[in-house]
Amino acid sequence: MIENRPVLNIVQHVILILGVTVFVFPIWLAFVASTHTARDVNSGIPLLPGDQMWENYAQVLGEGLSTIGAPPIGLMLFNSLIMALAITIGKIVISLLSSFAIVYFRFPFRVLAFWTIFVTLMLPVEVRILPTYEVVAQLGMLNSYAGLSIPLIASATATFLFRQFFMTVPDELTEAARVDGAGPMKFFRDILVPLSRTNLAALFVILFIYGWNQYLWPLLVTTDESYYTVVMGIQRMANAGEEQPLWNLIMATAILAMLPPVAVIIGMQRLFVRGLVETEK
Amino acid sequence: MAQIEIENVRKVYPGGVEVIPDLSFDIAAGELCVLVGPSGCGKSTLLRMVAGLEPITGGEIRIAGRRVNELEPVERDISMVFQNYALYPHMSVYDNMAYGLRNRGEPKTTIDAAVRKAAKTLGLEDYLSRKPRQLSGGQRQRVAMGRAIVREPAAFLFDEPLSNLDAKLRVKTRVEIRDLQQRLGTTSIYVTHDQLEAMTLADQLVIMNAGRIEQAGPPLEIYERPASVFVGGFIGSPPMNFLPCFAGAGGVETATGQRLSGDSPAMGDVTAGVRPEDLTPDAAGPLPLHVRVVERLGATVHVHGVLEETETDLVASLPGSDAPNPGEVLRLAPNPGKLHYFSAETGRRLG
Ligand SMILES: Nc1ncnc2c1ncn2[C@@H]1O[C@H](COP(=O)(O)OP(=O)(O)OP(=O)(O)O)[C@@H](O)[C@H]1O
Ligand SMILES: [Mg+2]
Repeated sequence: MIENRPVLNIVQHVILILGVTVFVFPIWLAFVASTHTARDVNSGIPLLPGDQMWENYAQVLGEGLSTIGAPPIGLMLFNSLIMALAITIGKIVISLLSSFAIVYFRFPFRVLAFWTIFVTLMLPVEVRILPTYEVVAQLGMLNSYAGLSIPLIASATATFLFRQFFMTVPDELTEAARVDGAGPMKFFRDILVPLSRTNLAALFVILFIYGWNQYLWPLLVTTDESYYTVVMGIQRMANAGEEQPLWNLIMATAILAMLPPVAVIIGMQRLFVRGLVETEK
Repeated sequence: MAQIEIENVRKVYPGGVEVIPDLSFDIAAGELCVLVGPSGCGKSTLLRMVAGLEPITGGEIRIAGRRVNELEPVERDISMVFQNYALYPHMSVYDNMAYGLRNRGEPKTTIDAAVRKAAKTLGLEDYLSRKPRQLSGGQRQRVAMGRAIVREPAAFLFDEPLSNLDAKLRVKTRVEIRDLQQRLGTTSIYVTHDQLEAMTLADQLVIMNAGRIEQAGPPLEIYERPASVFVGGFIGSPPMNFLPCFAGAGGVETATGQRLSGDSPAMGDVTAGVRPEDLTPDAAGPLPLHVRVVERLGATVHVHGVLEETETDLVASLPGSDAPNPGEVLRLAPNPGKLHYFSAETGRRLG
C-alpha cells in the first residue's frame, strides 16, 4: 500500500489512535491512581496524575503492606521472576528436546508419544489442578519454588511449535551435518538451536508472560508469605478483609508488576526484528 | 586399483519398492564418473548409498579398498555437494568450511590453513566473513565446493550441483569443477540428468535406466557405439533418429522399401539409428524428409520433419549454409558407416 491520499491518512490515524487509546486507558488510570492519596482515589479516580507518586512507590517498595496481608513487594517480584524464568526456561528446554526426539529419531511408539503430548494441549493447569495439587502435596513441594514452577513446565504448545519448525528444516542440511561428522547432539546444538533463534525469542516472551501472570496455581500451593508472587499479592491486597482497599498502593504495585514483562518484550524485540529481517532460506 | 567399487548393490525402500535390483561397477582412482539417466532411475539413491545417507539393502560398496556398508558418512572419508548446497545459513562462509574439520578435532591452525587454502583455490577469500544469504547462487555453489575440498577426502560426491544455476554460469562452473577435480585428482561421482554435462565432464559415463546400468564407458565410446536404443536416444542432442527397418539378404530397407545400406547386421526386423549430424542432403538419398520446422543456430541448422509416407519423425543437423525452407521435401542420406542397428524386440545393439 503506497497510496498517499491525505483523507485516507487521517482516517487511518484516527482509527489507530482510537485503538491505542482503548488499550492504554486502563493503564493510564492505574498510573494516575498510583500518584494520589488513598482518599482521593476512593472518591473517584482522577484523570490527571497527582503529587503522591514518590510517597506511594516508596511505601510499596520499602515498608511493604504488612498491615493488609502482603509481604514486601521486592520479595514478591523476586518470587514471580523466579517462577516465570523457571517456567520459561524449563518449557523451552523440554520442548526443544522432545520435539528434536520426535522429529529426528525413529523410536518405537514415536507417533504415540507425539499424540500423547498433543492431547495434553487440551489439559491446561486449570483443568487438572486438583490431581496436580494432590501430587505436589504428596511430594512435599507445597511452598517451594519447585512446587510453583515444575507442574507448569510440561508444555505441549511449545513442543508442537518446535516440531513444526524442525520439519521445515531441509533434510539436506541434516545430511550435510552428518557428512561433516556432527553427531545428533552436536547437530542439535550447532545447527538446530541457532536456526530456531527467532522462534526461541518469540516463545520466551510468550512463556515469560504466561508464567508471570500465573494466578490460580500460586494461590493454591503457597501459604507461606515468603513464596507469594506479585500477581496473587495484588489480589490479596484488594481483598484485605474489613478495611477499605488502598487503591493507590495497589495500583502502584500493579504498575511495578507490569515492568518486568515489558522489559522482556523490549529486550527480545531486537531479536524478533533481526529474525524477521534476516529470513533465512 | 579401483577407488570406489560397487558390487551387486541392491536397494529396496521401506514399503517394498525395489529401486535398484542389482548393480555393479568400479571407478578408478582419480576418475570422474558421471551417473546419468532419466528422472527417478535411482541415481540419487545410488549416490546416497555411497555417501552413507541411505542404508544399503544388499551387496557391498568399497571406498579405497575398505568396505563401508556399515560406516557413518563421516567415517567413509567422502564429501558431498548437494543440489541446494545445504550451507548452514547461520554460519559464515569460513565457519561453513571449517565445521567438518572442527568436528574432527583438528587444531585451530591446521583448520585455518586448510580453509584459507580452499578459499584461495575457489576465489572466495573476500567472502569468508559473509553469511550464505549474502552470496549469489554461483558463490554459494563455490562455498559448497569449498566445504567439500577442505577435508581432502578420498572421494567427492556431487548430486546435480549445477541445476540451480543459470545456463551461462552452469557452463562456467562446469569447467571450474572439472579443472578443480583434475588438479586435486580426487575420485568423484557426479549425478546429473543433463546429457551435455555428462558428456563434457565424464571420464567414465554410466547410463542408468530403471535402476540398471544401460551402458558404462568413456563418453565418446558411448556416443559412437550406443549399446541400446535407450542410450542412443539419451546421449546426443538433438537425439538419435530411429527408423523401423527390415534386414534381408540384400541389405537393410526402410519401411517404404528404400535401401539404407548394402550389408545386413542380422535378419528380420531391426531398428536403425542415425544421429542428426550424420545425415547429409543427397538428391538420390533414401530418406525423403518433409520439412516442418527449421531451427537456425548459426553454425548449424536443425531441420525437423517427417519422412514421407511413414510419418516417422526425423531431425537432421546440417551446416548453416544448407538450410531448406519449411514445406520443402529434402532427400537425405546417412553418412557411410554411421548407421547403428538395434534389435527390434530388445532394443539392444546388433553387431
Ligand atoms: N525415501 C524413499 N522411499 C521410497 N521410495 C523412494 C524414496 N526415495 C526415492 N524413492 C524412489 O526411488 C526412485 C529413485 O529415486 P532417486 O531419487 O534415486 O531418483 P533420481 O534418479 O535421483 O531422479 P532425479 O533425476 O529426479 O533426481 C524413485 O522412483 C523414487 O520414487
Ligand atoms: Mg536425484
